[in-house]
Amino acid sequence: MLPMMHETLILIVGLLAVLISASVVAGVLSWRAPKPLSPTLVNLTQRINAWWVMVVAITVAFFFGRPGMTILFALISFAALREFVTLTHSRRSDHWVLLGMFGIVIPFQYWLVWTAWYGLFTIFIPVYCFLLMPAITALHGDTERFLERVSAQQWAVMISVYCVSHVPALLTLEVPGFEGRNLLLIAFLIITVQGSDVLQYIFGKLFGRHLLAPTVSPSKTWEGLVGGLAASSLLGALLSFLTPFSPLQAAGVAFIACLMGFLGGLVASAIKRDQGVKDWGHLIEGHGGMMDRADSLVFAAPVFFHTVRYFWTV
Amino acid sequence: MTKLRVSTYTLLQTVTSVGLSALAWVVTGVRPIWNGSQPSDRQRIYFANHASHGDFILLSACLSEKERARTHAVAAADYWSKTRLRRFIAEDMLSSVLIHRQWTDETQHPISIMLSVLDQGHSLILFPEGTRNMTDEPLLPFRSGLYNLSMARPDVELIPCWIENMSRVLPKGQFVPVPLLCRVVFGAPIAIQPGEERRAFLDRARETLLALNPRPQRDD
Repeated sequence: MLPMMHETLILIVGLLAVLISASVVAGVLSWRAPKPLSPTLVNLTQRINAWWVMVVAITVAFFFGRPGMTILFALISFAALREFVTLTHSRRSDHWVLLGMFGIVIPFQYWLVWTAWYGLFTIFIPVYCFLLMPAITALHGDTERFLERVSAQQWAVMISVYCVSHVPALLTLEVPGFEGRNLLLIAFLIITVQGSDVLQYIFGKLFGRHLLAPTVSPSKTWEGLVGGLAASSLLGALLSFLTPFSPLQAAGVAFIACLMGFLGGLVASAIKRDQGVKDWGHLIEGHGGMMDRADSLVFAAPVFFHTVRYFWTV
Repeated sequence: MTKLRVSTYTLLQTVTSVGLSALAWVVTGVRPIWNGSQPSDRQRIYFANHASHGDFILLSACLSEKERARTHAVAAADYWSKTRLRRFIAEDMLSSVLIHRQWTDETQHPISIMLSVLDQGHSLILFPEGTRNMTDEPLLPFRSGLYNLSMARPDVELIPCWIENMSRVLPKGQFVPVPLLCRVVFGAPIAIQPGEERRAFLDRARETLLALNPRPQRDD
């Protein structure tokens, strides 16, 4: 805790400043706008309020250190998995496999994070769950839309459990000269990737002309992507004091994470479009579900984890 | 002694009702969608699709605490009276109204039992399919109870309630629920039109309920 006091304080003050200004701006806009408020303004206020809740939740977990973060992200996995499974096709015969995903896969994967058993952590879901879940489904004997069902199950645990668990797994990395400060890496990842979402949205609204993937998402533009990535790389460089990276390295790592985050949002949109829904769920007022907020983090976390592990650990 | 007994039962029922609603939220994140009706103090019959024992827990979790306390689910006596444990769960913990699907004795007539509950000012949760639907059909044909009750007590509002996904959370024969998101859609009240035939009304009520399903193409 102590070696990070200084950085933590700067972080909290910085986040508070951003949130308070956002709330003030939204408050002034709503106060001056004609009543009843337009849906856009209502949604803006809901989103900012939801951000307050998320920042407070993450900050509380932050102060509880490794147990706090592990439990928080296990809960996030639970919410994300629930949304994923709800959205995809399953049959009555999948009951036990689905139960196992919630009751065994999530606890075991986070236990592996907790005990820092890296070897099994990286292969438990991609190897063992990948092979055993379809085997159990086959043993049940229901072959109706078999491949579709087992693929959806595998995707569900990969996205909502495997990928998400790489965030608290950052705490298990041993970076020389950075001991006891790994929580700040999580802060760096979350702030740059979530910041990039917001920045891409703002740049898209201000300068967006050319749609990037019109059949997937009506709101993603080249201008938003380029502007958002440039700005979030800069944000990464400014936050390099949190990390073992130099400012230039921090910009590079942030760029990779935010690019992955963008791709995550794109894939999530494609899945939602395929399933004919607009949001993953209804957990967070104004944001839809957990996956609507976490889709970018899901794609960014494993790549960020392995970038740090490959280049910065011994 | 009886006073103690009564207050023990009241406590048991309150604890059960609050506990089950909390459990329903943790497992399914259940959320009501008021689509044509609003929460109100009016006496009501909530009628819903039925595929799981969890259905009425989910529906009552969407009601206010006050409304939940006076709303009773109608359940089949031939299933829920079979063992002492079932009877305890249905009557003492959940304060359900038990009716006999195959009744012989006139005092056991389902309609008169339900009417006596309505006449105490309570609301009912009714599953007009008469049994848990295990077929590929989204909704079975309705049995007559809904029509008979509404003919006898036309002032009681009939609210259609579509319960989403519960058959996937807790399929028939399973006892451990899978966490999946559920919603309950409360539609506009319907009433028997002047001169409307029994079958015509029941079919219309069924169509009204079906039309509330927010994702009809994905019902498996």
